[in-house]
Amino acid sequence: MSVLLSVTGLSKSFGAVVVADDTNFDVRTGEAVGILGPNGAGKTSLFHLITGALWPDTGRIEFAGRDITTMSAARRCNEGIARSFQVPQPFGGMTVFENALVGATHGAGLRGLAAETHALAVLNDTGLLSKSNIRAGSLTLLERKRLEMARALAARPRLLLLDEIAGGLTDAECEMLIETIKRVHAGGTTIIWIEHVVHALLAVVQRLIVIDFGKKIAEGDPRTIMESREIKDIYLGMDPHA
Amino acid sequence: MSDSAVTRTTSAARAATIVAFVVLVAAAAAPWWAGRADMRLMSELYLYLSLACLWNLMAGYAGLVSVGQQAFVGFGGYMLFALTIFGGLHPIAAIVLAGLLAACLSVPIASLIFRLKGAYFAIGTWVVAEVFRLSFAQISALGGGSGSSLPVSVVKSLAASRSGRESLTYWLALGAAIAVILSVYLFLRSRKGLALTAIRDSELAASGLGIDIWRAKLEVYVVTSALTAIIGGLIFLQKLRISPDAAFSVNDWTAFVIFIVVIGGIGTLEGPIIGTLIFFALRETLADFGTIYLMILGLVAIVIMLTTPKGVWGLIRDRLDLELFPLAYRVQLDETRK
Ligand SMILES: Nc1ncnc2c1ncn2[C@@H]1O[C@H](COP(=O)(O)OP(=O)(O)O)[C@@H](O)[C@H]1O
Ligand SMILES: [Mg+2]
Repeated sequence: MSVLLSVTGLSKSFGAVVVADDTNFDVRTGEAVGILGPNGAGKTSLFHLITGALWPDTGRIEFAGRDITTMSAARRCNEGIARSFQVPQPFGGMTVFENALVGATHGAGLRGLAAETHALAVLNDTGLLSKSNIRAGSLTLLERKRLEMARALAARPRLLLLDEIAGGLTDAECEMLIETIKRVHAGGTTIIWIEHVVHALLAVVQRLIVIDFGKKIAEGDPRTIMESREIKDIYLGMDPHA
Repeated sequence: MSDSAVTRTTSAARAATIVAFVVLVAAAAAPWWAGRADMRLMSELYLYLSLACLWNLMAGYAGLVSVGQQAFVGFGGYMLFALTIFGGLHPIAAIVLAGLLAACLSVPIASLIFRLKGAYFAIGTWVVAEVFRLSFAQISALGGGSGSSLPVSVVKSLAASRSGRESLTYWLALGAAIAVILSVYLFLRSRKGLALTAIRDSELAASGLGIDIWRAKLEVYVVTSALTAIIGGLIFLQKLRISPDAAFSVNDWTAFVIFIVVIGGIGTLEGPIIGTLIFFALRETLADFGTIYLMILGLVAIVIMLTTPKGVWGLIRDRLDLELFPLAYRVQLDETRK
């Protein structure tokens, strides 16, 4: 399989806080990759860097063979990258349907009925259809997280970046979320998923990357990584099912 | 899901359309039923309504909180005078051309002030307006600091009789308000309007979903500046006299406009309309109280901002789930799947 995303020598710091420290990794087309790391490790910042919400100090990001390092966030979305925000950023004054419609219209470039149909389809897939007419600003936190995913999916990305969307779900809801993500993945979408709910992550991803202090400290097969000392050090005293 | 349908009309909107139509017919017929002073007042109301709608589009949707749109009001006014007096243009042609010139001028201004964020942007717009005021005060051919009047020949070129002129300027003001509201409405209903509404709510998410924020803001800035200049031209066509202080008054063309939009409900189409009605009602009832009127105005603004940050329209909308301009999409769900 070809490489879809390639990150080379990526560094970024805020004063003394290093959020990316010479990070290198590739993601192949069709892969599902998990990212683990303690809070404040720089996982969300990595997504900011990949999507153009944040610009790196040094380094290079290639997507589908093109250098996107200096591309605007909007262009990167048009190229096929969409993400969910860990801290949800709903269009609060717009309805749930309109939120999805923004993704379908401006992300996927659909128009008219095609955009509306696609928006309805992703709301159906993410279990938000019955909330279509509700203002996104009045959703609960869990619903907002689901809307984050719906809106990203509405943009029809080739690469989907998910940032901590499984926390706080019941077991049944978590199973449904896993099924949804598996379905998206089976449909050909490449996925990078930051998640503390390890069992959910392991149900989907084929590879894990571990980050600490902005540095990639481990990468490889999920089972091997989970048994490794780096992970045990990081998650010592932390409930992996929390 | 296959049975879900998306609509954009509501019964409230249909009722509002009928009411609006009746009001418009009555308003258009004003020259036959209203007195001279009433027509002047209504013209002023239409022009304030237009300014408020434009400022709301710019600040309430595109997040461009300008306190310097008086630059374009004054520019439009001065262009009316300059182009008719020195260019020999018909006043209406001069006002249209003023709009085009303002559009051209707004591009380099935008490239300067768009670099500024938040409060600095607001200050930047005000500085630009001051530069405009000082520049026009230097033009001695237009009366310098004391200003000038529109020559009788130009005024007469509108219509020969006084009542004919008054009717014409009244209709121009009414037509401008309708045109502004309609274009803002159609714009917000379009694909670009969806993008702009998204920008209003979260720039971060909007840019991540493929929306070019800078470009959207530039488009809004250019269009609102051009239309603001046209309204400025119409304002001074009513007044027939212009001076730098009147043309570039931050009080008249920005403070009152912000008051209207904020009490009516910023970031909604209905807000500026309600706000204009409240503003004129207050102004007309309190006019005799002199400066107390300004203090009461400020008090009303503060109370509304503290108690209902979404303005009077936000309050009504949240209580009654009303929408007079059908912008929202409503999904009709197939009941069996719900
Ligand atoms: N804009 C910013 N300015 C300064 N520090 C920041 C900024 N954004 C993130 N940080 C800091 O960078 C570190 C990494 O944050 P983040 O990427 O959100 O971590 P994670 O997602 O792994 O929990 C944290 O210490 C955070 O406080
Ligand atoms: Mg994070």
